[in-house]
Amino acid sequence: MNINLTLIGQSITFLFFVWFCWKFVWPPLLGVMKEREQKIADGLADAEHAQKDLELAKRKAAEQLKEAKDQANEIIDGANKRANQIIDEAKQAAHSEGDRLKAAAKAEIDQEVNRAKEQLRSRVADLSVQGAEKILAVNIDAKAHDDLIDKLAAEL
Amino acid sequence: MAGEAQTATGYIQHHLQNMTYGKLPAGYTRADGSVLSESSWTMAHSSQEAADMGFWALHVDTLGWSIGLGLIFCFLFARAAKKATVDRPTGFQSFVELVTDFIDKLVKETFPHRNTMVAPMALTIFVWVFLMNLMDLVPVDWLPMAAAKISGNDHLFFKVVPTTDPNATLGMALAVFALMIFFSIREKGALGFLKELTLHPFHTGKWFFDVLLIPMNFLLEAVSLVAKPISLGLRLFGNLYAGEMIFILIAIVFGVGVFGFIGAGLLHMGWAIFHVLIIILQAFVFMVLSTVYMAMAHHRDDEHEHDQ
Repeated sequence: MNINLTLIGQSITFLFFVWFCWKFVWPPLLGVMKEREQKIADGLADAEHAQKDLELAKRKAAEQLKEAKDQANEIIDGANKRANQIIDEAKQAAHSEGDRLKAAAKAEIDQEVNRAKEQLRSRVADLSVQGAEKILAVNIDAKAHDDLIDKLAAEL
Repeated sequence: MAGEAQTATGYIQHHLQNMTYGKLPAGYTRADGSVLSESSWTMAHSSQEAADMGFWALHVDTLGWSIGLGLIFCFLFARAAKKATVDRPTGFQSFVELVTDFIDKLVKETFPHRNTMVAPMALTIFVWVFLMNLMDLVPVDWLPMAAAKISGNDHLFFKVVPTTDPNATLGMALAVFALMIFFSIREKGALGFLKELTLHPFHTGKWFFDVLLIPMNFLLEAVSLVAKPISLGLRLFGNLYAGEMIFILIAIVFGVGVFGFIGAGLLHMGWAIFHVLIIILQAFVFMVLSTVYMAMAHHRDDEHEHDQ
């Protein structure tokens, strides 16, 4: 355990190894480690970016889907409205046509009735004149009693 | 056990003696009785010879193991760094990166200045000191006995744990100290460094008082400065030396009968498990303190100076 030249030898050895490590071990090792760190950081950033993109795309897709749905609903609503409208129109048209037909039929019926009445009236006049002729057994001058007969016919 | 005829004291002393290569003076009587005709560089054959060599001697085992382990560290880490890929780190690269990252974070926390040398220094200290400490876990007799067999010399001194040699730990501490002073002067200038040594901690703001306070300040600052490397080196040495000592004591018990063998086995295991903690901790402490000392060397007490 004597202190001797070994002391100096060890100091020199120490400095040499420190120098070696400083020049040939530390820089490449730390370089590689830094590079990997950077790479991992980049990778993570990329992943985050991709995640964001995915989220964005999802949101966009959802938006488009919603839009499409809205559009479809709109179209269906429009169609429904149009159908109702058509039905209403058809109903109205049918209604008015019915009314028109009814009115026409009524007018015709009235006409028929009036004609029949007229015929009946003239027939009744004739019949009543004939009846009166038969009853009176005389030939009344039809022309002379036309007024009377017409009056009678009108009363019928 | 190294030789049955050996006493326990001899065994311990043998284990605590480094393999020393140094210069013996002319007329010196060697351990085997021969007398040197002229001064010569030689291997020490006894502790006394090693001590008599004085300063001009090298601990071959300490330097050999520390340089060898340092080369292993450099080779493994440089290879891992060279082969390192960004995409798929393989087993050893991951381990190296783990250690490097750990050191890098720690240094960033404790050393806020700009100096690219400090983090590699911390890595070197941590791994190298750890490897040297790790040699302590190799059973105390294995490597020395193998070395004795290979060399054919039964009394070969061979210490395999460099950090149990104060020369190694103080040598590293000395290098850290040199770096400290170098960076202090580089960052603050020689004058700034001198000011730091002489005008702190006592400072009045009046120059004639300050001049009187210089010796006092210098004494305090010099002691605290010099205490740093010494405590740094001795802390590591003390911990490892004590650990090694206990391993040696346990190794002696191995020879004392069957119960001694079993007891020593259990003790050895327990101490080794505990020692795993110590060797990592001491490597860590040496590294952290070195980093802190570097931070101190870079620290400029600007706000302090403005106040005065």
